[in-house]
Amino acid sequence: MATLLSTSPAPHIRVKDTVPKIMRDVLIALIPAVIFAVYAFGWNALWLCVIGALSAELIEYGIMRFLRKKKDFRPDGSAAVTGLLLAMNVSASFSWYLLIIGVLVAIGIAKHTYGGIGNNPFNPALIGRVFLVISFPVQMSVWAPLNHAASTLVTSATPLSILKQKGFEEAARQVSLLDMFIGNTQGCLGEVSALALIIGFIFLLWRKRVNPIIPIAYIGTVLLFSFLFFMINPNQFGSPIFHLLGGGLMIGALFMATDMVTSPATMKGAFIYGIGCGIITMLIRLFGALPEGVSFSILIMNACKPLIDKISRPKPFGYVAPEVKKNG
Amino acid sequence: MAILSFIGGIHPPERKELAKGRPIQEIPIPKSVYLFVNQNTGKPPAVSVKKGDSVKTGQKIAEAQGPVSVPLHSPVTGVISDIKKVMHPITQKPEELLVIDSETDQFDFLEPLSDWKAYDKEKSHTLLYERIKEAGIVGLGGATFPSHFKYLEAMKKPVDYVILNGAECEPYLTIDDRMMVEHPAQIVGGLEILLKICGASKGYIGVEDNKPEAFEALKKYANDRIEPALVKTKYPQGGEKQMIYALTKRSVPVGGFPIHIGVIVHNVATAFAIYEAVEKGKPLYERGLTVTGEGIAKPGNLWVRVGTPIQELITYAGGLHSEGGKVILGGPMMGVPIKDLTLPVMKGTSGILVLTPEMVSEINETACINCGRCLMACSLRLEPNYLVKLVKAKKFEEAYKYGVLNCCECGSCAYVCPSKIEHVKHFKLAKKLHATLKGGKK
Repeated sequence: MATLLSTSPAPHIRVKDTVPKIMRDVLIALIPAVIFAVYAFGWNALWLCVIGALSAELIEYGIMRFLRKKKDFRPDGSAAVTGLLLAMNVSASFSWYLLIIGVLVAIGIAKHTYGGIGNNPFNPALIGRVFLVISFPVQMSVWAPLNHAASTLVTSATPLSILKQKGFEEAARQVSLLDMFIGNTQGCLGEVSALALIIGFIFLLWRKRVNPIIPIAYIGTVLLFSFLFFMINPNQFGSPIFHLLGGGLMIGALFMATDMVTSPATMKGAFIYGIGCGIITMLIRLFGALPEGVSFSILIMNACKPLIDKISRPKPFGYVAPEVKKNG
Repeated sequence: MAILSFIGGIHPPERKELAKGRPIQEIPIPKSVYLFVNQNTGKPPAVSVKKGDSVKTGQKIAEAQGPVSVPLHSPVTGVISDIKKVMHPITQKPEELLVIDSETDQFDFLEPLSDWKAYDKEKSHTLLYERIKEAGIVGLGGATFPSHFKYLEAMKKPVDYVILNGAECEPYLTIDDRMMVEHPAQIVGGLEILLKICGASKGYIGVEDNKPEAFEALKKYANDRIEPALVKTKYPQGGEKQMIYALTKRSVPVGGFPIHIGVIVHNVATAFAIYEAVEKGKPLYERGLTVTGEGIAKPGNLWVRVGTPIQELITYAGGLHSEGGKVILGGPMMGVPIKDLTLPVMKGTSGILVLTPEMVSEINETACINCGRCLMACSLRLEPNYLVKLVKAKKFEEAYKYGVLNCCECGSCAYVCPSKIEHVKHFKLAKKLHATLKGGKK
C-alpha cells in the first residue's frame, strides 16, 4: 500500500478545545461589563477597550515576530485579554496614548521578558495598571462623569475613597448598595458594575473555563474580614457588602485573580491563594494609605504562587495505602 | 445503588455503536501466520523449533524463560518456512518472528483438567497454576503480563478478591462486551478456577454501565461468591487501580501491586482463555478482537488466530474507507499506531482501530497555561502539568520524586489539554530512562 499512515503517539483522540478558544470565551465574558461602561461613560469607554485589546495584540505580534523571531507565531488572543483588562482598569476619561504605554509595559515587560504566555509570574494587566498608577497618579485618579440619564450621582469620588476620607456613614449616604451593584457609581470603566461582571463570570462557569474556588475564597475572606472590623467600628471600616461592591474586588476576584497562568491550579492551592488575596486586599483597604488594594494583593499572591504550589501538591493515589494494608 | 467509580477521569466520545451489535465472527485461517516470539511482558520464550519443522495447532514452539515468561504455541498446523527479525511495534526493537505456512488444522492440545472442581488445595496450586502457565496465558486486555505470575505470591498470601475487568473503557472497542454477552458461562467458570487457585472468597466482575446486556448475561451465572457489578462509564475505569478502587475502595499503594492489598485483577477475555485452557486443554493461540473505526468499511468483532496479518483483518472487514489516516493496535487512548499493515495480531491485540485522515491532525504543542484540567483528569492524582515541565527541563530525579513512575499512561491529561501537550510521550520517555538507568545499576 502506498499510503502513508500517521504514527503520532497516543492518545489518538483529543478534545477540540484550544487556548485561543479559551481566550475568546474570556473576551466574550468581559463584553457585558464593556457594554455597561459604554452606557455609563459614553463611547470613549469603548474606544479605550478596543485600543487596549488591539494594541496589545499588535505589540505581542511585533515582539514575537521581530524581537523573538518566531516565524510561526499565531496570535492566541491572550494579549487581547490582557489589553482589554488593562483598559477596563482605567478611568473612562483616560488618555489613549497613556493606555498604550501601559499595554506596552504589560505585554512587553510583564509578559514577554519572562518568555510569553504561560511563563509570566505576574498578571500582566495588573503590572500594567500598577505601572500606570505609579507613573501617572493624577490621570489615574480623575474619574469620568457618568453620562447616563438615570444617574443621580453627585459625587466624583469612588465609594472606597469616600469611605477612606469621610467614613462609612457619609459614603453610604452618597452611594446606595443597589447603585454599586448595578454600576451607578464612580470608578474604573470596567469595575463599576458588579452585575455585568457576574453575568460574564457565569458565562465562564457555564463554559467550564474557570475554577470558582479562587473567587469564592477571595470574596468569602473579604466578607468575613470586613464583617469582623465592621463589628468593631462600623463608621471607620465600612460594611462587608460595601467592600464587596465598592471597588475593584469584583473584577479582581472574578477576572484577574483567576488568570490561570499566575494562580495555583490545585484545589487546595486555589483556596490558599484566594484567602491570601482577600486578607491582603482588606489590610490595604482598612489600614493602608490607598483606598483600594485589589491589584497589589493579587500581585503579591502571584509572587507567592510557587510557594503555594509547593505546599499544596496533591497526594498521589495510593499514598495513604500503608494504612489500608494494616487494616486489611 | 450508587454507581461505583474512582476520582478524576474523563468522558471521551464512546463510539462503541460502530461494532457493538456485531457478534464475534471467526475468520478463515490465513495462508501464513507471522508469530512474534516476544508476546508477553517479561522475558520472551526461547524458540524450540527450527526452520522446516512441521507443527500442529496448539503445539508448543517456544519454552518459557524464567518466572515472568510463558511458552508460545503454534496457532496453525503447517511448516515453519522462515525465522527472521522484524521491527516489533510494541518494544520498538527488531524481534524474532516465525513464519508458518498453514494447512488443515490438526490439534495438539494439553490434557483437559475437567475435574478441577474436585481438586484440593495442593492440586489446584500445582495443576491449575501450571496449566495457566503452560497454556501461555497472558493478560489479554493489552498488558500481556503472564497471568500465572500473579498467583506465585497469591498462593502464599491471603487474597480477598479476584476481580475480572469487563470495563472496556477504551472508546470504540467492543470485544470484551461481546465476549461477556456470548460466553458468560465460560467467563464465570474462569473466575471460579482463579478463586480456587488463590483461595479468595469473593469474585467481582466489573462492567461499565454502558454494557447492560453484558451485565445481564453475567448475572444469570452469578452466585454467592461471584458478583457482577456495574461501574460508572468513565475513562480509565478499566485501569487496574481504578477498577479495584471502584469495587473495593482499596488503593493500590504507590509502587505496589494489587496483591499487596489482597486483590488480583484479570481481563474477562483472560478468564475465558483460562477456562478453555483448563476445561479443554487449549493453549492461547487465538483471541477475539474488534476491527473498528470511522476509516473501516464494515466494523465488527472477529475471532482470529494469533499471527494473522493485520492487512487480512482489514480486508475481511471491507477494507479502508480512504487512503492514509491512522491504524492503531488497541484503542484510541492508549493504542499503538502502526505503519506496516503486514504486522501480525499478537496476544495483546484487543482491537484494530482505523481513523480517517480527517481525524488525524498534526499536534503542535503550545505553552502550558496552567488551566489545571490535567489535574482534574488524572485519576492517580498526579500533577501532569508540573511533571511535564520537569521532564522537559530534564529534571528527571525530581520528576521521579513527584511520581512520574506512578503514571499509568492512560492519556487522560493529554486528552483534555487545550495546549495539546503530549504528556504521555514525555512521561514514557522519563520512565524508559528510569528503567534503563536503574536496570543497569542492578
